[in-house]
Amino acid sequence: MSYSLEQSGIARRSFLRVGAVLAATALIPAKLWAAIARPEGAFKATALDATFAELGGTPEPHDGIIFTTPDIAENGAVVPVEVSIDESKLPGVTKLYVMVEKNPNPMTAMFMIPAGTKPFVETRVKVAQTCNLYAVAEANGKLYMASKETKVTLGGCGG
Amino acid sequence: MAGRIRIRAQVKGDSTEVKALMRHPMETGQRKDAAGNPIPAHFIEEVMVTHNGNTVMHGYWGAAVSANPFLGVRFEGGAAGDEIVVTWRDNKGETGEGKTKIK
Amino acid sequence: MDRREFNKMLALGLAAGLAVPTLNRRSWAQGDAYDVPRFGNVHLLHMTDAHAQLQPIYYREPQVNIGVHAAKNRAPHLVGDALLEAYGLSAGTRDAHAFTYLDYVAAAERFGKVGGFAHLSTLVQRVRANRPGALLLDGGDLWQGSATSLWTKGQDMVDASKLLGIDVMTGHWEFTLGSDRVQDIIENDLDGHIDFVAHNVKDFDFGDPVFASHTLKEMNGVPVAIIGQAFPYTPIANPSHFVSGWTFGIQERELQEKIDEVRAAGAQVVVLLSHNGADTDIKLASRVTGLDAIMGGHTHDAIPTAVQVKNPGGMTLVTNAGSNGKFLGVLDFDVRNGKVKDWSYRLLPVFSELLPADPEMTALIEKIRAPYERQLSEVLATTDGLLYRRGNFNGSFDQLICDALIDELEADVSLSPGFRWGPSLLPGDNITFEDLMSQVAITYPSVTLTEMKGDFLKVVLEDVADNLFNADPYYQQGGDMVRVGGLDYSIAPLAASGQRIGDMRLNNTAIDPNKTYKVAGWASMQQVDGEPIWDVVARWLRSKKHIDAVDVKQPVVKGLEGNQGFVI
Repeated sequence: MSYSLEQSGIARRSFLRVGAVLAATALIPAKLWAAIARPEGAFKATALDATFAELGGTPEPHDGIIFTTPDIAENGAVVPVEVSIDESKLPGVTKLYVMVEKNPNPMTAMFMIPAGTKPFVETRVKVAQTCNLYAVAEANGKLYMASKETKVTLGGCGG
Repeated sequence: MAGRIRIRAQVKGDSTEVKALMRHPMETGQRKDAAGNPIPAHFIEEVMVTHNGNTVMHGYWGAAVSANPFLGVRFEGGAAGDEIVVTWRDNKGETGEGKTKIK
Repeated sequence: MDRREFNKMLALGLAAGLAVPTLNRRSWAQGDAYDVPRFGNVHLLHMTDAHAQLQPIYYREPQVNIGVHAAKNRAPHLVGDALLEAYGLSAGTRDAHAFTYLDYVAAAERFGKVGGFAHLSTLVQRVRANRPGALLLDGGDLWQGSATSLWTKGQDMVDASKLLGIDVMTGHWEFTLGSDRVQDIIENDLDGHIDFVAHNVKDFDFGDPVFASHTLKEMNGVPVAIIGQAFPYTPIANPSHFVSGWTFGIQERELQEKIDEVRAAGAQVVVLLSHNGADTDIKLASRVTGLDAIMGGHTHDAIPTAVQVKNPGGMTLVTNAGSNGKFLGVLDFDVRNGKVKDWSYRLLPVFSELLPADPEMTALIEKIRAPYERQLSEVLATTDGLLYRRGNFNGSFDQLICDALIDELEADVSLSPGFRWGPSLLPGDNITFEDLMSQVAITYPSVTLTEMKGDFLKVVLEDVADNLFNADPYYQQGGDMVRVGGLDYSIAPLAASGQRIGDMRLNNTAIDPNKTYKVAGWASMQQVDGEPIWDVVARWLRSKKHIDAVDVKQPVVKGLEGNQGFVI
């Protein structure tokens, strides 16, 4: 690949250090971020229930999680999702997860939110077929969720 | 070119909004090429955003994050001229990095 | 409306805070119906979905316009007698003809053609004459739908709409000219004349707005904001390559932020100029606060009165002004001390023979058509039967296109999109090349012949059925059911997604899920090479010379007892 280590500052140092110390699980300098391992079991789970089980159980629905996905996907390969938290209803969120129920592996992304960062994330995900998408938030060691259906259609015929 | 990242960082009210677009195929490992051979999985597993060297977001991804991934985060504080760095590492151990200054 | 009528409305489920009929009785004698006295001090004229019909046409309203779940037996999902009854219209009148399909051919012969920009122009001038400062709004689907609009890349409609005096517009089919052409028109033609507004179109990369979201104008001392809502599902319902790099969507939350922003900037009247479709607008109006009205289009519904929708902030009016230049909506607000005190809405049918043609518009239309007159006027065939398109499942013009596709491509089955545009022809009319183009003039016209397995054919029908009958209007994308040639099927609109379609048969033999069929189609979402649909159908028509009354195949519709949007 064309990426050059010489161009890298923090990343280079962190890779060297992390490679030595944390067995290549993180690219983050340990002093900046208490390392949390990648939850491989959750990423490899092939059903939503199993994914939840890997994370510690089925989350409780919570209206403090504001989960925005398109009603109908413009392109199932690129579906914008946004998770934000109403902190007046759900304070202390430290992790956010995005899951796509009917994908081969529902677990799609996990985000760790340090103090000072808004419990907010935007990304884009693949949705293989019409199904529910889940936003899961961890606060004070407990899991909460919100879901939203996104339809994937063949399209056409409009108008 | 792998590794290239477009980043926009702007102060909005009392926080800073960072949006990043990474260039990466994000292959799931479940597709086949024209000859019917499986295309190996190749996706970003880990991503990080720092502000003046401090981590503001650390994420782990699966292969179902879209090709050429997008990440949007918001953190408190931040001022024009501060440095934002976005880095990633994929399942083949390749990495990418992009930097910008907050506007 | 007397108490008995009101009770009847309640029984129909039309009132209950949603639809209160206020259709004014009017006299059509001497064109009195077009004397619309001024009311209030904020005046919005609204047209939508003209589909480039510069000339007077016939347009048959639907006989099948099914409302499901919350939309059952509620505007706009009332057809025929149920519509007349709901709005207190008498059978056999001009209004009954304008709003329904009833006794269509005889009434069309009696009352004549509708629309035509020269006639519409006269009406606009008349309504404007006693409404100083009035704005003319166009809800989109203005630049597409005719031969000349296709051949001039929308220029004919841009020129005509400037002369008509459109002030603000939004879009849908406009985008099928391609993003570059749309930007070119906005920058070079509309600048200083027409504000193109769409708050819900963003650059995909970082979410930057593509168009102005709204326009804020002062009218008789009252600041009025018009926010644009382009068709939210443009890249899904039409090929996405025309708008590559742009993202659409309903964007309800962003809309609320925009409304709050324009209110904070001083707007005393806030109106959404929408191309969502009626059911989506009604749902949106129930969830968003601070809108005085949503003036909508896309679904081509001519709703005689404004639907009043309650929401946490009060009430929002929802209107929908039909299509093809057949109607002009007139919404007046009485604004005092910064607040809307009262309102009045009328949807005026445009009967061409009651409105003398405006000479300047007539001259422009003649100039536009002159270079193409020979092609336009070629008679391909004559028709014995009524040719129309609109209806949830099929229309005779669609059946004709499906039949032509099967014959010309030697296919087992043909599929044709459920477009709602396209005027009607009366029995005995010639079918000219222009008439054909008014059904098929799109920028992705290639015909295709595809091998499709029986089970995938079902997937296609189920997919489109869900876009039409999903219980939640936000998951509908408008348009009607895909038209099918050769194939019989049944449909249960209220069934769950994926379970609506059944009894698929080809020539009385059940479709085999594993067998491969030759399927002809057009208007592909992918970029494909193929003969344009108009050449295929024109060739077929020329060879036929004469079209007997078309046998319009309708699916067997299940589970819709008591639905007033449905007469088969």
